[in-house]
Amino acid sequence: MVLFLAKRTVGLLATLLAVSIVVFLVMNVLPGDPVLVILGIDSTPDAQAALREQLGLNAPLLERYVSWIAGVLRGDFGTSHSFGVPVAGLIAERLPLTLSLALSATLLTVVLALALGVFAASNHRKAGDWGVMTLSQLGIAVPAFWLSMLLVLLFAVRLRWLPPGGFPGWSDPAAALRALVLPTVALALVQAAVLARVTRSSMLEVLRLDFTRTALATGLSRGRVLWRHVLPNALVPVVTIVGMQFANVVTGTIVIENVFYLPGLGRLIFQAISNRDLMTVQALVLLFAAIVVTANFVVDILYVLIDPRLRGRLA
Amino acid sequence: MTRSTAIAGSMLGALLLTAFPAWSKTDIVIGMQQEPTSLDPTSDATASIDGMLAHNVFEALTSVTEQGEVVPELAKGWTLSDDGLTYTFDLQQGVTFHDGTAFDAADVKFSFDRAMGADSVNPSKGIFEPIAAVTVIDPATLELKLSRPDAFLLFNLAQGDASIVAPESVELAKTTPVGTGPFRFDSWTRGDRLTLAKYPSHRDAATVQMEKITFQFIADPASASAALLSETLDAYPGFPAPEMMAQFEADPRFAVEIGSTEGEVIMAMNNARAPFDDIRVRRAISHTLDRKAIIDGAMYGQATPIGSFYPPHGKAYVDLTGMYPHDVARAKELLKEAGVAEGTVMTLRVPPFPYATRSAEIIQAQLAEAGLDVKVENVEWGFWLEEIYKKLNYDMTIIAHTSPNDMSNFARGKSYFYGYENPEFTALWDRIKTEADPEKRDALLKQGQEFLATEAVHGFLFQLPKLGVVRKELSGFWKSSPVLFQPLAQVKWDG
Repeated sequence: MVLFLAKRTVGLLATLLAVSIVVFLVMNVLPGDPVLVILGIDSTPDAQAALREQLGLNAPLLERYVSWIAGVLRGDFGTSHSFGVPVAGLIAERLPLTLSLALSATLLTVVLALALGVFAASNHRKAGDWGVMTLSQLGIAVPAFWLSMLLVLLFAVRLRWLPPGGFPGWSDPAAALRALVLPTVALALVQAAVLARVTRSSMLEVLRLDFTRTALATGLSRGRVLWRHVLPNALVPVVTIVGMQFANVVTGTIVIENVFYLPGLGRLIFQAISNRDLMTVQALVLLFAAIVVTANFVVDILYVLIDPRLRGRLA
Repeated sequence: MTRSTAIAGSMLGALLLTAFPAWSKTDIVIGMQQEPTSLDPTSDATASIDGMLAHNVFEALTSVTEQGEVVPELAKGWTLSDDGLTYTFDLQQGVTFHDGTAFDAADVKFSFDRAMGADSVNPSKGIFEPIAAVTVIDPATLELKLSRPDAFLLFNLAQGDASIVAPESVELAKTTPVGTGPFRFDSWTRGDRLTLAKYPSHRDAATVQMEKITFQFIADPASASAALLSETLDAYPGFPAPEMMAQFEADPRFAVEIGSTEGEVIMAMNNARAPFDDIRVRRAISHTLDRKAIIDGAMYGQATPIGSFYPPHGKAYVDLTGMYPHDVARAKELLKEAGVAEGTVMTLRVPPFPYATRSAEIIQAQLAEAGLDVKVENVEWGFWLEEIYKKLNYDMTIIAHTSPNDMSNFARGKSYFYGYENPEFTALWDRIKTEADPEKRDALLKQGQEFLATEAVHGFLFQLPKLGVVRKELSGFWKSSPVLFQPLAQVKWDG
């Protein structure tokens, strides 16, 4: 197990290093000059030169990469070109919102998907099953941003139950939670549709196995067999998909935060890329990569917890 | 009015306000499309910095009215010497910055020297180019010596780039701007909102109704529309989507105001590159463009066509839209004369702004009628700045020029992205920018418009409209924008 963890950690660090090099190169190869973005098209050449010097953009590429990565290793992500403040601070003020959104959306996805998936499987080839299958097909087909607009029109504009967007800050927790409801639902519904189908088919496979028949034959109730015997054995593919979906949800916040104008990381990366704010983009892409890699890491550990049989294979 | 009556008057005003708070709301939430990354108008060109802060938080020597006229602000008045080279400004006294430090002529000198200096990163450093020296005569008097007469100086000094900052606070202007204006900076939650609060010590504070102003950043038009309809926003003065105006016009809660801006939208042609270096080709293309169809299709009819490079609301405007009537047969003749074969391929590289991407599709179809095969390439803004603006690597593009008095672009020589140079026009522009007599200057500006239209330097399309959606009960928002800023001191809830 220790060896496994060590291997995965090395893999994680290597992935992040590769990501850092790719982002750095891509951002530098992309046409676009941060100085022109900041000063606009009516600026004079000498003002542009002065700013280029101030931002340290005249140093050679390799030197800039080395000094950046050396800073990152010391925990210093540098100063944002366009915001003029440390990148770490920019991220710290926005990370809580994006993480809350991603975690709550994932939680809602799992709860909805398990409930619907188990329900559909236990009503296999009946009306309930068809209902869930039809709804989930719709859910997969609908783009998240369009669903968001429909939710806003209904719950914010028509009914006025929830705000159409924005985030009031955590100082008022009730208002903060209200602001997160629609974005969470918009993110989760599409993912839940996918996951419900996976849960259903995985359940159906396990339902066909001998031990299920045996359990039912011993006189256990149908519900108990479903939740205690079938579901745990059907979870491995479900957890795999949840891991991938968490990554989808984290990147999905980029669109959702723009639709609901939430001050999170998704909106920050959008703004930073258009501003050619190299320092901020690099740090954010590294962070997103770290989140995704960590999520996969957690999934690997979950496998072992769910299915004790896998422990032998890891040793 | 003596000082004591002024004090009594303002106290009475304050008393009335506090005595009848139920009369009106004193806060407002305004939607903004673009969020800046810095709040210092003197080091970043982002238009929304000026839109929120210029003449609200920061003040300048002069200001500009909705009609484009220059009026006094921190300068109470000024005199100009007979040779047009020395301005003497008589400054307001008793003005304080929001951090309590006093304002005087030394702050103006500091601000201008900083903007003019060798290491200045002022986005409009060109404004200060004619200034040779800034001299403090006494705390309330400042003298500007010019190296040449400058017809636009007083107008230019009203822009956000010429905001007066204090040496004590300018270091932190990017995150906590400090000025002398009627509102002080209160807070900024990046990615979400920026708030201003009334500055009670401002000289006009008695006439300012708003205690709190919140700018909420909502870029997506559909989200902005939902925020207005659900009443979380009170106003959206620069609404980004003309196709959504009809629903607000039909809604009794809102007043829709369609005004003009300084933004001339052009289909620029790379005059340095064949075949656009041939005036016959440029004229042929001008004949092919059908402005009405472009405005109807791209702007839902909400824009004024232009025939040259000057805003229709300007005093010196001449309507030249009739110079090249939509005439495909004539265009084909001209192309044939110039030796441009049918099916010639041209690229139209378009930046990611709705007015540009929508116009591009229509223009593509129109040029096809004249036998030109136009490839539309949608490019990202950073790419546009690098490839089109800096490297002139393009055939045609669509862009709005939003600065005032920007006819000067045509005198910027071959290295500017127009790739256009004409000594005759450069000489004309030199006369315009140094002509002190407004009437003579307007006559020259008319000549300039005619010159550029005759030369058919670009396809001149339309003036970018300002689409404002505000609550019916609100007054004081500008309908048109002759400048990038929007003073909010006189915005009021009626009733």
